[in-house]
Amino acid sequence: MTKYLLLKHYRGAPTPVNDVPMDQWTPEEVSDHIRFMGDFAARLEETGEFVDGQALAPEGLWVRYDGEGRPPVTDGPFAETKDLIAGWMLIDVEDQQRAIELAGELSSAPGAGGRPLHEWLELRPILEEAPPSDQ
Amino acid sequence: MTDSPGEALLRELVPQVIGLLVRRGADFVAAEDAVQDALLSALEAWPVDPPRDPKGWLVTVAWRRFVDAARSDAARTARELRVDAEPVPGAVTDRDDTLELYLRCAHPSLTPASAVALTLRAVGGLTTRQIAEAYLVPEATMAQRISRAKRTVSRISLDEPGSLVTALRVLYLVFNEGYSGDTDLSSEAIRLARRLHAVTDHEEAAGLLALMLLHHARRPARTRPDGSLVPLTAQDRSLWDTDLVAEGVTILQRALSRGRLGEYQAQAAIAALHCDARSTAETDWVQVVEWYDELVSLTDSPVHRLNRAVAVGEADGARAGLAVLEPLDPELPRYTAVAAHLYEKDGDLSRAAELYAEAARRATNVPERDHLAREAARVRQAL
Repeated sequence: MTKYLLLKHYRGAPTPVNDVPMDQWTPEEVSDHIRFMGDFAARLEETGEFVDGQALAPEGLWVRYDGEGRPPVTDGPFAETKDLIAGWMLIDVEDQQRAIELAGELSSAPGAGGRPLHEWLELRPILEEAPPSDQ
Repeated sequence: MTDSPGEALLRELVPQVIGLLVRRGADFVAAEDAVQDALLSALEAWPVDPPRDPKGWLVTVAWRRFVDAARSDAARTARELRVDAEPVPGAVTDRDDTLELYLRCAHPSLTPASAVALTLRAVGGLTTRQIAEAYLVPEATMAQRISRAKRTVSRISLDEPGSLVTALRVLYLVFNEGYSGDTDLSSEAIRLARRLHAVTDHEEAAGLLALMLLHHARRPARTRPDGSLVPLTAQDRSLWDTDLVAEGVTILQRALSRGRLGEYQAQAAIAALHCDARSTAETDWVQVVEWYDELVSLTDSPVHRLNRAVAVGEADGARAGLAVLEPLDPELPRYTAVAAHLYEKDGDLSRAAELYAEAARRATNVPERDHLAREAARVRQAL
């Protein structure tokens, strides 16, 4: 089994087919979208492939070390940041093909007009922690 | 999985008690559920109030759980309740159905991940939570994986008994999962392979056990205290566990003497040759290559061909190793790392440095990635 992170972007991903921002959907369309996401996670729990999932607030800060004895420096949020993660789902699946299949399903979540978003999701394998046993 | 003596005993008892319930007429799925319930109760009760007859305790509690579950099932479906007529737990006849249980839990109709989970629970006597922790997934996810696996095996008819080959593969998968944090799946796999070896006469069961013991013997030398990897060449061989090596070699020799070679015996033979040498330079690489030839002819596996390239590089020089590498698929896991090693050996340091860096980017686990990144830096400094 391999763990994959499915990343959903606010910004930075290629443009989806159904490119109407959520704030222009009807309330029913928003509810349908959210229900789809919940059902998807529930189904993955049933198949034994779900690990975790969270949504992220769009606005965050940049933080960095500023030297011994000084408080960290903060900056932002930057409205112009190119890549902005909206949320993620961690899955544990048999192989990459299965991960692609699931990402494809998730990308069919409904958007404006109840039509699939066809949004681009980023699929990233997780590096295992355990060292190999055979060297 | 640092066990109290009680826990270790419980894990031994779980498969026996499942077998016993099945012999008394419980179906496997219900029996396994009942024993897992009893196991959880025992983990709570035993430390406070250790039973005088642990097996009897477990049988009694598991049987009660089974009857309760069957009763509420029957009540739900308004069917006749037959289990009341079954004998109450009393004297326990001992028959070893361990092998049957291994084969059932690793049935070819299961996905490898399901077979692994079910084997660890029903044969290994681990709790769902322990398995979930070992595989870093939520307990609910692991519970689903196990109940799906059980649904699948409950549909298997008894004339499809499963195969030892898949049971061995499942144990090897568990072994290779290694260890991180509290969970030591390698040791658990060895325990299960020992038990399987004890109940079957098959050379490959012996071969797999020998292979695991010989790999495991090197474990103390394989990582530094900070977790970083030490490649075979640089390992402090005085740290290798000589008892495990001796045991592995004995088991392997007995298996090989029967003249029915298989892939695990061949891999164990290679591991034994490494364990037998005081350094990489003193390793009998010519024999290692011969065993790889056997292994490749048995399995035709590209991964074994790749490892053969390393051995050829040692036996006949880096150029020969690179020639073996040439026709292989560069997408193979560890291909780039092997290429980097062979180019370094051949003296092409700038190419080796580039390849080590690329191999680090392609690594699928953290210790390997870090090791390769350090190798890239080391070779680059020598440029």
